[in-house]
Amino acid sequence: MTEQSPAPADAAPPEPADAAAPLLEARGIVKRFRAVVANDAVDFTLRAGEVHALVGENGAGKTTLMNVCYGLERPDAGVVYVRGRPVALRRPADALRLGIGMVHQHFMLVPVFTVLENVVLGVEPHGPAGALDRRAARARLRALGERHALPVDPDARVEDLAVGQQQRVEILKALYRDARTLILDEPTAVLTPREVDDLFAVLRGLAASGAGIVFITHKLSEALAVADRITVLRRGRVVATVRPGDTDAAGLAALMVGRAVALAPTKPPADPGPPVLQVESLSVRDARGLLAVDGVSFAVRAGEVLGIAGVQGNGQTELVEALAGLRPLVGGTIAWPGVAASRPTPRAIRAGGTAYVPEDRQRDGLVLSFSVADNLVLCAYDAAPFARWGQRDAAAIAAHARALIAAFDVRAPSPATPVARLSGGNQQKVILARELSGRVRLVLANQPTRGLDVGSVEGVHQRLLALRAAGAAVLLVSTDLDELRALADRIAVLYRGRLVATLPAATAAPEHLGLLMAGHVPSPT
Amino acid sequence: MTPRRLWLMLVAVALIVAAAVALGREQMAAPAIVASMLRTTLQVATPLTLGALAGVYCERAGVVNIGIEGMMLLAAFGGFVAALAAHAALGDAAVGQSLAVGVLAAVLCGGLAGAFLALLCVTYRVDQIISGTVLNVLAIGLTGYLSRQLFFQTGMPHAPGVLPTLRLPGLADLPLVGAVFEQQPIALAALALVVLTHGVLFHTVWGLRTRAVGEHPRAADTAGIDVARVRWVNVIVGGLVAGLAGAYFTLESVPSFEPLMTNGRGFIALAAMIFGGWTPLGAWAASLMFGAAQALQINAQSFGLAVPSQLVGMLPYLLTMLALAGLAGRSRPPAADGQPYDPHEADT
Amino acid sequence: MAQQPTILASEAAPSPSRPRARAVPVARAALTAVALPVLAVATALVAGGAIIALAGRDPLLAYEGLWEGCCASPRALSETLVWATPYVFTGLGVALAFHGGLFNIGAEGQLALGALVAAWLGYALPGLVGPLPAVVHLPLVLLAGTLAGAAWGAVPGWLKARTGAHEVINTIMLNYVALLAVSYLLNGPLRDPNPLNVIARTPEIALGARLPRLAPDLRLHAGLLLALVMTGVVWWGVYRTTLGFAIRAIGANPAAARAAGMPLGRLLVVTLALSGALAGLAGAVEVAGLNYRDELGFSLGYGFDAIAIALLARAQPLGVIPAALLLGALRNGAARMQFLAGVPVDLVVVLEGLILLFVAAEVLVRRLYRLPAAGPPLVFTRGWR
Repeated sequence: MTEQSPAPADAAPPEPADAAAPLLEARGIVKRFRAVVANDAVDFTLRAGEVHALVGENGAGKTTLMNVCYGLERPDAGVVYVRGRPVALRRPADALRLGIGMVHQHFMLVPVFTVLENVVLGVEPHGPAGALDRRAARARLRALGERHALPVDPDARVEDLAVGQQQRVEILKALYRDARTLILDEPTAVLTPREVDDLFAVLRGLAASGAGIVFITHKLSEALAVADRITVLRRGRVVATVRPGDTDAAGLAALMVGRAVALAPTKPPADPGPPVLQVESLSVRDARGLLAVDGVSFAVRAGEVLGIAGVQGNGQTELVEALAGLRPLVGGTIAWPGVAASRPTPRAIRAGGTAYVPEDRQRDGLVLSFSVADNLVLCAYDAAPFARWGQRDAAAIAAHARALIAAFDVRAPSPATPVARLSGGNQQKVILARELSGRVRLVLANQPTRGLDVGSVEGVHQRLLALRAAGAAVLLVSTDLDELRALADRIAVLYRGRLVATLPAATAAPEHLGLLMAGHVPSPT
Repeated sequence: MTPRRLWLMLVAVALIVAAAVALGREQMAAPAIVASMLRTTLQVATPLTLGALAGVYCERAGVVNIGIEGMMLLAAFGGFVAALAAHAALGDAAVGQSLAVGVLAAVLCGGLAGAFLALLCVTYRVDQIISGTVLNVLAIGLTGYLSRQLFFQTGMPHAPGVLPTLRLPGLADLPLVGAVFEQQPIALAALALVVLTHGVLFHTVWGLRTRAVGEHPRAADTAGIDVARVRWVNVIVGGLVAGLAGAYFTLESVPSFEPLMTNGRGFIALAAMIFGGWTPLGAWAASLMFGAAQALQINAQSFGLAVPSQLVGMLPYLLTMLALAGLAGRSRPPAADGQPYDPHEADT
Repeated sequence: MAQQPTILASEAAPSPSRPRARAVPVARAALTAVALPVLAVATALVAGGAIIALAGRDPLLAYEGLWEGCCASPRALSETLVWATPYVFTGLGVALAFHGGLFNIGAEGQLALGALVAAWLGYALPGLVGPLPAVVHLPLVLLAGTLAGAAWGAVPGWLKARTGAHEVINTIMLNYVALLAVSYLLNGPLRDPNPLNVIARTPEIALGARLPRLAPDLRLHAGLLLALVMTGVVWWGVYRTTLGFAIRAIGANPAAARAAGMPLGRLLVVTLALSGALAGLAGAVEVAGLNYRDELGFSLGYGFDAIAIALLARAQPLGVIPAALLLGALRNGAARMQFLAGVPVDLVVVLEGLILLFVAAEVLVRRLYRLPAAGPPLVFTRGWR
């Protein structure tokens, strides 16, 4: 006899006794991380049957607030109420038991497990002696998938799935546990426009059945499209709660940032010179040995920005790593500026004038325990003027650091401060200062503005455009179409490791790009 | 861990046995060599299998355990002393019971060592390799110190005996492979544990949660699983299994205790676990492989091998290194293996 | 149609702020950094005393014996320094490996081979090339031992660079291989042919290959001075040279180091080779300064001792000296302790384990004595990758 842990209850209408109380309410939430106040007396209400968007720029406190509601963080002050009753959420298990589910920005899925195993983890149906009952789980999963239009293959390994499908698994995880409140943290960052529409349909269906959805995003158009109410957070405080009909994107943006919104930087028209980087039929394998980049050819010319668009996981990471010399080629050629050899080391590529701004700044870009000054010489540490005969010249290193800190406006107490103490934006500035000073002919920038606040983002964009004006070639990989359309001269779309199209940025329509990113090659009209 | 690699390891065992035949056919008949090699291989593979299984339990939950050697040593000594004490209390008529008490004590010693390791690695989040090293050093020190303190005056006594060999009648009389059906209890227990561990790890709820904790502890945490508890239990279970391995040394192999008698077997067991892809079956096959190398070394004298004993003695260690090198990046440990988990740290 | 405003921030940060490392006042951090190891040792001694008492002996008498044996006379002090000399070298080697994020448990094998090669050249070289002046013979002998240790350390380094095989297992395996090789050679081709000799050892090395004694009637030898010099050299190397910078980088973040263009594989090999070289030098110094020959079994236990010393010193080269002195004192005083209180010398190994425990689990010590954190904990493990 199959037991379930805990007992299932199919989607039941909300109890009449609590119909008046909101599904989820947070009152007076305060949460501090050391010196930073992430949430400052925040009130938030979620009603049954509504989709409630929570917007704000990076660092505003949206994720923290929801982490509190999910039991991942404990607030320093304030109470969370579920259906009108105050609850103490110490761990996610408590929230799950109360019917709250969360789909995180970085998926909480075990890559080597199957869909089935990921969904039932923690509530596994079992027989005697704890034997896993996969059959019962499979049946229930299939039923759930059909009911909510979230079809999945229960026996597929999660690491083999596309990111959009993985998200479906995350949502099913919450539904399997009969979540009536569903929190989604930046769900559309990894989806194509078409998949975003599908997701919205699913969410509206769930809301119609009486569930409540919290939708965290910084993309205002989406909030306006799908939400019934929108709450704006700024620097840890609630600024306003509005209905989409009462405002527009510009109004929301102003609320989010607190000042007039910086529009996309205007860039002078491109005047591209000769090609600086040439890639022919490049093929690269990923960490699991599968072909991540498949016969890609393109060139980047001096004075232009080539944007690479695509949903995360289509080969961008492997492409840029190969261009930086960190991943071997299995086919094709790359011709870097200033490099003669056919399989150069990352050092040689750098020496030829290529700068590399990696995707994961803390893992690949910085040694967090080292000082700002040491990080600034991470690439050139053993050459003059920073070292002679193998001995480091502390004075030269310090002077260099002071100069760069000033030039790039890095907010650090001193050059000797460990980089770990800097904010994300300042850490990125250190990387940019190191990479973009000196003679740069080619810039490889992979998601350079990820996780940065608006001010830092503007700074990065200005730097890249300045390099473009000075005649450098810039390869910009980004999942943010707005960023690409603002900065790039041409946009190439990467899908499943292949370059499916290259378009001039000025005329590329977002819908068209979205289709290409999803692998649809539209028929010529 | 692919079926192909499993077969490769068994083929390696066959090759080593064939090498033994080739080397010794001047001194002994080939069937006798094969039988002797198989018997010895299964015997000496027992602590390796158990040690590797102990490693599988710990590492599948995400805790690197290089202290298996120390666990074995502590258990060997603890079981030995307990058997002596039981024998002194129960008399000569109850040798079997004394040995059983010894085995139980050994297993408990292993469990205590596991609890100690869990306290360091899971609760205090001390670096796991350093924790394992602490366990090893303490084990060497305590067993050396206590053995000398207790037996200095009287000289090292002998245990009341070794565990008896159990025979499966009929099958044990088969030529060549008959030796497989004539094993001592701990050796048989090792085989049973391989099957049991496989079942638990891949077909039960507990096994699923353990593996989740070892691959992506934050995902398990958000799914409501108590990561620390899962790790604690698995490390203690690993300790219990390692304790059984320790019992092998002083209660099944030779009826006495010698300081440092484990002689690196705990580390070879670790290599067996790695080479076996962190699976129970793979660990068993790899242990057979390393055991066969050791069997060759043990039997080398009786084969009249002219090579000096020290050089033959290097064989198991060199083979271990070779096997690990041959993996060449194809080993895939549990993704969160070795990383302490802090539920309150943003983004692990 | 209104222009879409573009807040060009892309994907949100994982959480509003990774809790940034709080600045601990420098003075307090330094004080805690010194206080922690001292308190760890003190706690270990207390715990050791409890174990002695449980076994039915007198802990105070035992520690009195320990003190007498290690420090209560010029001869005792000299012997402590003699014990400490190889500990300094091996401790430096392990500390250097720690800076590179590597765990070198192979000091034992590297030391054994260094001693063997040094002894062999010490007694055999004059026979092969004629009489050698000390100014040539001694440095050659020391250098040979260093190179032997370096080679033995380079092997696991190369294996890790090429195949990713973790150095913990390989260094331990190579310990056994080295000890077996030394055993074979000391019993066979390199054995002292003197018919009065009954144990496995080489003949005595030539006079020109010996390190001078520092005082008459005492065994204290110039190797100690060399150890002090090497401490300075290693300190300079780690913190002032480009190689040291690169080693620290691959230890702190190998991915970023590689992305910045550092040759990861080569650095792995070099780091373990240098670590092994220091251990090999320790063996050579023991032969050239103390025993004047190589004897079977003198190197047992150095592997874990070196780790304990490096951890106690928090991988700081300058901290290795007091740590080596402490362990040398313990080892030296153990015989007197056994004589006086009947506590077996193995207790010293227990003490070593306890010291390791309290140094590694510093959170225990901190909680006991209410000390603040002195920086990030020592975490080296990155699993088997």
